[in-house]
Amino acid sequence: MSTTAKSASEAKLPGNLQGNRRLSQWLRIAPEGTVTVTSGKVEIGQGILTALAQIAAEELDVNLGRILLVPAATPTSPNEGVTSGSLSIQDSGTALRYACAETRAIYLAEAAAELGVNVDSLKVEDGTITAPNGRRTSYWALADDALLDREATGSVAPKPPSAYKIVGQSMPRVDLPDKVFGLPRFIQDLVLPGMLYGQVVRPASRAARLVSVDDAAVDAMPGVVAVVRDGSFLGVLADREEVAVKAAEALAASAKWDERDTLPDMGNLPAWLRASPHESKVIDDRASDAKPARTFSATYSRPFSAHASIGPSCSLAQWKGYKSVTVWTHSQGVYNLRADLALALGLAPEAVEVRHVEGAGCYGHNPADDVALDAALLARAADERPVRVLWAREDELGWAPYGPTMAIDVSAGIDANGNVVQWTLENYSNGHSTRPGRADKPALLAAGHLEKPFEMPLAINPPMPAGGSERNAVPLYDFPGRRVVCHRVLDMPLRASALRSLGALANVFAIESFMDELAQAAGADPVEYRLRHLTDPRGRSVIEAAARRANWRAWKKTEGRGHGIAFAKYKNLGAYCAVVAEVEAEQEIRVRRLVIAVDVGLVVNPDGVANQLEGGAIQAVSQTLKEAVRFDRRRVVSNTWEDYPILRFSEVPEVIVEIVNRPNERSVGSGEGAAGPTAGAIGNAVFDALGVRIRDLPITPERIVTAIG
Amino acid sequence: MSEEIRFTVNGAERAVRAAQNTPLVYVLRNDLGLRGTRLGCGVNQCGACHVLLDGQSVPSCDTPLWAAAGKKVVTIEGLGTPQRAHRLQRAFVAEQAGQCAYCLSGIMISAEALLARTPDPTEAEVREALDRHLCRCGTHNRIVRAVLRAAKEAA
Repeated sequence: MSTTAKSASEAKLPGNLQGNRRLSQWLRIAPEGTVTVTSGKVEIGQGILTALAQIAAEELDVNLGRILLVPAATPTSPNEGVTSGSLSIQDSGTALRYACAETRAIYLAEAAAELGVNVDSLKVEDGTITAPNGRRTSYWALADDALLDREATGSVAPKPPSAYKIVGQSMPRVDLPDKVFGLPRFIQDLVLPGMLYGQVVRPASRAARLVSVDDAAVDAMPGVVAVVRDGSFLGVLADREEVAVKAAEALAASAKWDERDTLPDMGNLPAWLRASPHESKVIDDRASDAKPARTFSATYSRPFSAHASIGPSCSLAQWKGYKSVTVWTHSQGVYNLRADLALALGLAPEAVEVRHVEGAGCYGHNPADDVALDAALLARAADERPVRVLWAREDELGWAPYGPTMAIDVSAGIDANGNVVQWTLENYSNGHSTRPGRADKPALLAAGHLEKPFEMPLAINPPMPAGGSERNAVPLYDFPGRRVVCHRVLDMPLRASALRSLGALANVFAIESFMDELAQAAGADPVEYRLRHLTDPRGRSVIEAAARRANWRAWKKTEGRGHGIAFAKYKNLGAYCAVVAEVEAEQEIRVRRLVIAVDVGLVVNPDGVANQLEGGAIQAVSQTLKEAVRFDRRRVVSNTWEDYPILRFSEVPEVIVEIVNRPNERSVGSGEGAAGPTAGAIGNAVFDALGVRIRDLPITPERIVTAIG
Repeated sequence: MSEEIRFTVNGAERAVRAAQNTPLVYVLRNDLGLRGTRLGCGVNQCGACHVLLDGQSVPSCDTPLWAAAGKKVVTIEGLGTPQRAHRLQRAFVAEQAGQCAYCLSGIMISAEALLARTPDPTEAEVREALDRHLCRCGTHNRIVRAVLRAAKEAA
């Protein structure tokens, strides 16, 4: 190996090129006139495929229609970890941008040699390369896989944003036409030859162990192929879907379980959080001598929250000779899932092939990974036939990982002018990730129910600065004295994991509610009060933009109506977002309008950003007003849509999104930035409307009645 | 007991041999291969699986096969195709009224039933007609705009 090759392999490459260094891992130029892009990121309803296609088309100078995105799969894709944290544009998009820029340069060098001209004189239009003398060739004519079978150098500069023609334009979603015509595109629609339908019977409660079941009676049902039992893991295979469902019901009816109480008192989760063993971490500590004139404190909380996707989780699995298995999944991370499937099934990772197929909306670590193990376990009894498992709605709402409950204590001292001089925040929460692929034990639900069970790894927090329960716990305001402490609770009676924005929703709700409480004590307008504590110009811009667009200063106070503002910079390193909420309070709170101003740096697809912002905000309205996972001391009881209501069409507010474009700033994700500010703005608007401060989410009619007294 | 049930699906006569109480959604998806009708809850609470049954928007998860006997069923595939798109399908693409889009088939079916009885609905009427349909991605406002856009286009 030459010295130059060695130094190239050690060079730090942009984005996820760093860990996946060969150009051929990212794209292929095909002679038939297409560019195949193999990102490791996956479509989860957020439109990432469209945005990545835009980036590739831009750097290569080809039309968008030539870009074909190949679904992630373990044999072929770069390992890009998990599609989460609104990082895809930043990590995968950056890698792809550099890979495509370098590919363009490689092909232009080939073209220059063939045409006998200087490379700088060449022009590229939709893949056709033209020399000044009119002679031409194309990527397609020059297509040769050997050209990209090399390490990226990262040395070819991508286009400057001022030259963009495709990036920055609103492009229609590439996946949407199939979906409006009802074409089979979801994993739930995938059918393999000879496929059987599998259904799992979950334990009767969280810690239940299976004592007995009349499997012979179910086995004898017409259409049932097999009953599968491994410890407390119970399931059935049938030749028809409705037969599998009925057989699972019959199994559940005859199953006897040994049960015990393991869940905390749902009525006082903050008390349970504080009383549980926990590990404390100071994440911000800045001393100040400033003496407050007055001090204030308050405690906020959020419950356990569900993902509640409309499409139940689904997976297909097929074994080959009990030695290797192929799994089709809508997991956010095909390599991570492969690692945990291998652990749970006792296989080498190479014996597990994981292929991504789009699922329904994904807002974090949902049961996509769990159902993959279910399918693999049931398929072991299928004699090499493929098995499809679709979770029942009750399991989707009742057994998925949840966004964990949090309790947040905030206190502050203000000086004689009402300005904050001392600020303290302490929160209590489980960690926010039990994602697979991170421990020596599989983090998959069924693994805990097997004859030889694996203990579910305790939830961790993703590393700082993004963090989990730490996410947005440090306010962006310029307080002289500041201390932030996060207590990670070490008991996990309900599985906790990543739900859209992780700790940010509750932390921002607490910080921004408290800022309004302090503004009120200081006799200040909430917008002005925030601006006087904030020097970050991009933060100030979005607050001012939201206030202006909502006509904040012209607001006329009327009976039962209120408005409120809140702001955050997501993860303190992502999107800047300010939200103004306008509410009506009668028997219940109705959010009438949300005005959102956002700065995500360079915008790749403006309509895609608006769509993500609107969606994230509406989901946050639902969480703020309605949602809480409910349980008794043994089992989750909110396992139907009646027991876990979400926001409906008639309840959805008007949403206005104003994008503050910053073409020279790095692109950051847009999916999660609105969550915390929306929750905070609603809490503040409710106070403005009714004069009562609700500090516990969700803001239900019962809580308002109690607060009014 | 299995017996042959005959009904019309998207304009074509179909005969299916399956247990009479089989939920229609499974027959449409698995026997007839019309997988655009999506299963969400199985108990008529989310609206994902709606189809037209003699013009009424009904949950196919809660409609037994026998109830469709002799009737006309229209699924999302029966509204239009990429080659001959229905005005709702054109409008949903034009408004980019989808994120994950799992809920859209059922919603477009209810929108079609609405437009058949109320050709020029108000925004409030659209919201009311879609209120039994759940969308988790928060695409509601784009969906409402798409239905209103389709209404403006002659059927």
